Amino acid sequence: MKATDTGGPVAARADEIWKVYGSGEAQVVALRGVSADFGRGRFTAIMGPSGSGKSTLMHCLAGLDTVDKGTVHIGGTEISKLGDKALTRLRRDRIGFIFQQFNLLPTLSAAENIKLPLDIAGRKPDPQWWDLVIDTVGLRDRLGHRPSQLSGGQQQRVACARALMGRPDVIFADEPTGNLDSRSGAEVLGFLRDSVREHGQTIVMVTHDPVAASYADRVVFLADGAIVDELANPTAESVLDTMKRLDTLTDPVML
Amino acid sequence: MLRATLKSLLARKLRLILSGLAVILGVMFVSGALVLTDTLNRTFDSIFADAYAATDVSVTAKPKVEVSEMEGEEVAAPLPASLVETIKNQPGVRSATGRVDTDGARVIGSDGKVLTSFGPPRIGSNWTGTDELMEMRSGRGPESAGEIAMNATTAELAGYQVGDRVAVLTQQPKREFTLVGIWGYTGDRDSISGVQEVAFTTPVAQELMLGEKGVFTSVLVRTADGVTPDELRDRLAPVLGADYEAKTGEQLAEESSASIKEGLGFFNQILLGFAGIALFVGIFLILNTFSIVVAQRTKELALLRAIGASRRQVINSVLVEAIVVGLIAAVLGLAAGVGAGAGLAALFSSMGGGMELASIGVPLSAVISAFVVGLLVTVVAAVLPALRASRIAPVAAMQDVAIPDRPLTKITVAGTVVTALGAAGLGLGLFADAGDATLWLILGGVLVTFVGIALLTPLISRPVVSLLGRLFSWSVPGRLGRLNSGRNPRRTAITAAALMVGIALVTGVTVVMDSAKSSLKSEAARILKAQIMISGDQGGPRPPTYDPAVLDKTEQIPGVRAAAGLYNDLVQIGGERQYVAATEDLAVLGQAYGTTATTLKDDQIAVSKPEATEQGWQIGSTVAIQTARGDERTYTVTHLFAENELPGSILMPAAAIKGFGITQPVLGFVRLDDGVPVSAVLPQVKALLADSPEVSATDQQTFVDAQAAQFDQIITMIQILLGLAILIAVLGVVNTLALSVLERTRELGLLRAVGLGRAQTMRMVTVEAVVISVFGALLGVVVGAGMGSAVARALENDGITEIVLPWGRMGTYLGLAALVGVIAAVAPAIRAARLNVLGAIAHD
Repeated sequence: MKATDTGGPVAARADEIWKVYGSGEAQVVALRGVSADFGRGRFTAIMGPSGSGKSTLMHCLAGLDTVDKGTVHIGGTEISKLGDKALTRLRRDRIGFIFQQFNLLPTLSAAENIKLPLDIAGRKPDPQWWDLVIDTVGLRDRLGHRPSQLSGGQQQRVACARALMGRPDVIFADEPTGNLDSRSGAEVLGFLRDSVREHGQTIVMVTHDPVAASYADRVVFLADGAIVDELANPTAESVLDTMKRLDTLTDPVML
Repeated sequence: MLRATLKSLLARKLRLILSGLAVILGVMFVSGALVLTDTLNRTFDSIFADAYAATDVSVTAKPKVEVSEMEGEEVAAPLPASLVETIKNQPGVRSATGRVDTDGARVIGSDGKVLTSFGPPRIGSNWTGTDELMEMRSGRGPESAGEIAMNATTAELAGYQVGDRVAVLTQQPKREFTLVGIWGYTGDRDSISGVQEVAFTTPVAQELMLGEKGVFTSVLVRTADGVTPDELRDRLAPVLGADYEAKTGEQLAEESSASIKEGLGFFNQILLGFAGIALFVGIFLILNTFSIVVAQRTKELALLRAIGASRRQVINSVLVEAIVVGLIAAVLGLAAGVGAGAGLAALFSSMGGGMELASIGVPLSAVISAFVVGLLVTVVAAVLPALRASRIAPVAAMQDVAIPDRPLTKITVAGTVVTALGAAGLGLGLFADAGDATLWLILGGVLVTFVGIALLTPLISRPVVSLLGRLFSWSVPGRLGRLNSGRNPRRTAITAAALMVGIALVTGVTVVMDSAKSSLKSEAARILKAQIMISGDQGGPRPPTYDPAVLDKTEQIPGVRAAAGLYNDLVQIGGERQYVAATEDLAVLGQAYGTTATTLKDDQIAVSKPEATEQGWQIGSTVAIQTARGDERTYTVTHLFAENELPGSILMPAAAIKGFGITQPVLGFVRLDDGVPVSAVLPQVKALLADSPEVSATDQQTFVDAQAAQFDQIITMIQILLGLAILIAVLGVVNTLALSVLERTRELGLLRAVGLGRAQTMRMVTVEAVVISVFGALLGVVVGAGMGSAVARALENDGITEIVLPWGRMGTYLGLAALVGVIAAVAPAIRAARLNVLGAIAHD
């Protein structure tokens, strides 16, 4: 099925993308003709069990991985045809990342980590936006600290701030709360939701946690390399229900 | 446990290959040196066995001045013709032939240039027919005074054929002959091991080569049937008396070969010394590699400990790894060494005029030292990391903790103590009178100082690296690179310290040489009053000489105040060998040198004041001097001169010159009248020297520059030899960087994900390499300048009057280090740039 975001301009789009790893008997089809739109100013969660292809989908959307067939667009740019140089520039200027762990360079302070993509691009942060982001994530008194001097939650907030600072077209978050306790996790997810609601940021987040998914505006479900369902305005309960339903549907495949 | 060790060894092949390469290079140098000397030794054995194959017994006068291989060619004392007759009449003698056979017959080739030789002598001999080794290639032997024959090697080098007119330089001025014959040797050889030989008729040979008719250098004796050479030698001994000795051909071959081997042994020690330095640097590299390996294996080792491995087993597991690396490196190094030895031997042979090499052999000593050196170096370097590995707590297996930076206090204290010890040793060696221990104190002091400074380097690295890094901080990759190079001070330090050793030694030598050069120049400018010098480049064991008649003619040139020649030789004074000089007329030499002196009578000598003090002589002292060819004679000291007021330290009268081994002047000084321009006289002196092509006339400045250029040659040689140590240090930089890239895979992935381009990634790695290399070079330049200045200061009494820091060269070394950093970064940088972003982020 094709997951179409209702109304508004599209920040990222996948058209019939296929991704195959390996060959012969060891061949694994990670994505089999996935099509999906991700609307601008929307917070979308991609869910699915391990091996469903959700991370692969995100990597392909973010230009970290290439597709074997189909096209990916970020804004109006088709990225499936770009070379390394253009992709690097795209990631630098138009995409933000939040990974599950190891988001920060240990040699740089929190502030330097936040500024890193801008520094690489040779740009200066907008001072008002800077203050706003720093205050939102509540890191003002931690800016001079090294990552090793920060807690896991604080580190992830630094990562959020870094992703937000460049005002990218899309932020891709890969299990951003996977390593955090529930309180720190809730804080981080709260920032992400607020940045969408208040500043029109677009976020695509991969998660397997129904609670995390419930912060999103919309959840896209993947199983066995294909989109199997989607849910608008999810709650933790509705997500869990959908997952259970999908579980019974595809049980033999997913084990 | 062994299997786990070997498995982990295989998993880190690349890294161990890099550090193994350091051992391989060191072992290669050691075994190469041993293979080379072994091959050359056997080569010379066979050469001399050949050369004396047609000699049953040879009778010579005992040398009046014994000369070792390092000091030059021994001059045979002349032997009267009557002795040949005496020997001929002895029972058991089939024939006795008087031979003239001495170095110093220099053929001027068809291109007008003197044939040079870098090893084999250029023999002038008397023609006594062919023996069983020789065969006439064309023509015949010389029969009249105007005829000569030469061996095929000489004819080919000079480009002559029978019938050509040939000019030859001997003890006498240039003379021309007709070439009437060319001979070769059995087995289609053109010469025996590249020796150039010219044969004259006997009276001409005596006159030209010995300066005296009716004398020979040796008597070649052939035994009658049934008499062995040994028997004949013993039979001749009482007939000959104390002044002459008889030796069998076999004995002579052994002696000649032994004296060459003495020289080769010295050469060998130099090579081994440089191999030692390379291995010393190699130890740093291996130590670093094993430290990193242990750090990376922390979890694995902790797991081993947790499941019951003892500390000893952990230590052994690291040491076994070291032994395996050492063994493999020893085998490969030995193989490379045999190749290098063979290559050097071939080079040696081609430089030596094409002597035939013995087959390349691998002496047992090379095999043993390859393994001892390979194993010892690796195991010594692995001991510290092994001990550290054994201290890993089992609990580390379960925790994901970053190993905290250990404080640098201990290592800094140790470094200070060790540096102080090294400096003290060096100081004692240089400035105290330590006798035989001097050299060892200096060498040990230098090495210990290096170790001490290496220990201090982590502390120094923090401020210096961050300062150096600031140069690159204008860009993000530059700043990241700088931060990375400061991340692990120990690793940065040891990598830089390895580079420091080579650079420090090169800088130290450069400081000493440049100081010596500059001292020489300013000293020469002060003492040399002569405006024109006559001198030549020494292209063989015999110094270049010229016709003394040139000096008389030079004095006739208008505007010339004085022209004096200088003759040199080794003599024996009270049993001690001593270099002396002589001149035709001390008064003239004094004028040329800008001082006043009176002509020495035949039994008078002039002595420099420092020499007189050392020998305990004063005006009126009598000194017995034995020259190479003349009789021992007593001289009276009649003139004392201040150091450098006249050349040399002991000056003999004109009459002594004919007793010298070389009876022609080797240097000349021409002083002009005041106000006469050099350009007015120099071309005329040059024209006068047309018949002495070995030397040339130059103005004072050119002469001094040429002398000073010798120091530059030494610097270049040292730079080449220390290049190996520096190369090994570069391997260390590559190694450290490759590891950094590997360790920071995830960081690189992250950086690439947030938009760092490939070129920027490469630049980041390159900056890290450049900062480390320049830091090492900076340390080396500073330490080297310090050590070099200390040595130069210690040599103050030996003529180094000023200390010069060669800023230009030191800057070059720093620049080269930066370049080295860039080169060392190439492979790791490419690897970093090619990392798959996704794979890197997922990397564990």
